[in-house]
Amino acid sequence: MNTITRRQALGTTAGALTVLGLTAAATTTSASASPTPATPPSGADRVEEVYQGRRIQITPGSGGGHHGGHHSPGLPTVRIDGQELHVMRNADGSWISVVNHYETFSDPASLARAAVRELQGATLAPFAPMGGAA
Amino acid sequence: MTVRKNQATLTAEEKRAFTAALLELKRNGTYDRFVTTHNGFIMSDTDSGDRVGHRSPSFLPWHRRFLLEFEAALQKVDAKVTLPYWDWTADRTSRSSLWAADFLGGTGRARDGQVMDGPFAYATGKWDITVRVDGRAYLRRALGAGVAELPTKAEVEAVLAMPVYDTAPWNSSSSGFRNNLEGWRGANLHNRVHVWVGGQMGTGVSPNDPVFWMHHAFVDKLWADWQARHPQSTYLPAAGTPNVVDLADTMRPWNDVTPADMLEHRKFYTFDTEPSAASQR
Repeated sequence: MNTITRRQALGTTAGALTVLGLTAAATTTSASASPTPATPPSGADRVEEVYQGRRIQITPGSGGGHHGGHHSPGLPTVRIDGQELHVMRNADGSWISVVNHYETFSDPASLARAAVRELQGATLAPFAPMGGAA
Repeated sequence: MTVRKNQATLTAEEKRAFTAALLELKRNGTYDRFVTTHNGFIMSDTDSGDRVGHRSPSFLPWHRRFLLEFEAALQKVDAKVTLPYWDWTADRTSRSSLWAADFLGGTGRARDGQVMDGPFAYATGKWDITVRVDGRAYLRRALGAGVAELPTKAEVEAVLAMPVYDTAPWNSSSSGFRNNLEGWRGANLHNRVHVWVGGQMGTGVSPNDPVFWMHHAFVDKLWADWQARHPQSTYLPAAGTPNVVDLADTMRPWNDVTPADMLEHRKFYTFDTEPSAASQR
């Protein structure tokens, strides 16, 4: 896990949160790694990478999932340091996220990297914003 | 009668009254409810599912109603205040008076994007970002960093010339006026301005930046301009469209207002420069 070493070496103030995030992410990865890769085409490949010191994990969608009520099953789950990033697919196949919501990206990995740049080291808030739904 | 003015023409006293009313809505909790509502819609409006506030025909009437509600809240604080609009085809640099310390404050500093001057700088203690998508509680901007240029007058003119309001499939892939104004297609008008401002304006919680209201007041004015140029055109679709707000359907979250109710802005306000009809151009 040289990625963790690198993350710790950066010495960010979010260190404690990062460790928690990585723990949660590792659990999720092992849980979702067992199903066969017979997922519907979602435009997303599985990604595990460290970008600018942040861990990006993309798990291809397999129908349903956290987007209950959406008509677009198969959305990938994108996490940054273990925190889920809300993403959306446009009709033309491009992607947006809640931190870059007016700018489109060609694939979830470039979307996630743009989110890392936008965050400038900040931790993603829990999935639903504070204050509840509309 | 409410008159919405170009922000560049406001007097010092009008700027002071507007920013003071914003700070009061922030203090009493009203402001953040608008941010929450906007983010709720932006995360749930999808091209293939239910869509109301964005990427759909009702983008324009939804935001018209949203701004009316916000303007009414401002006027409860100070009855003289109305929403100014930002004509970003004219005031197109970070040196515009819009971004001066006596109005919205300027761009963010390089290190963390934090806005350091003006009434909404974090250090004032009066503008904490509480409805947020990440851990940062300070207002951020990066004027001109995400995209170099704001839309030009010529680009706006080309979109205003489009005669059809909206087209199937009534989403971000549509042709027609609405989607070209929203920016998912073509030269990219509305979306590009969010990206040009950067910071929270580029996110789902974009109303955290007060410039949100002035941006949308100008988008709203462009809708009025378009109506004046195309008097034979109207809101589409008319009826019976799944997942989409038809002309006489009610819009969430209010459930008592339809696009048809929003077509005539003069029922609610006028602009300092009212749109001229096509024949008068």
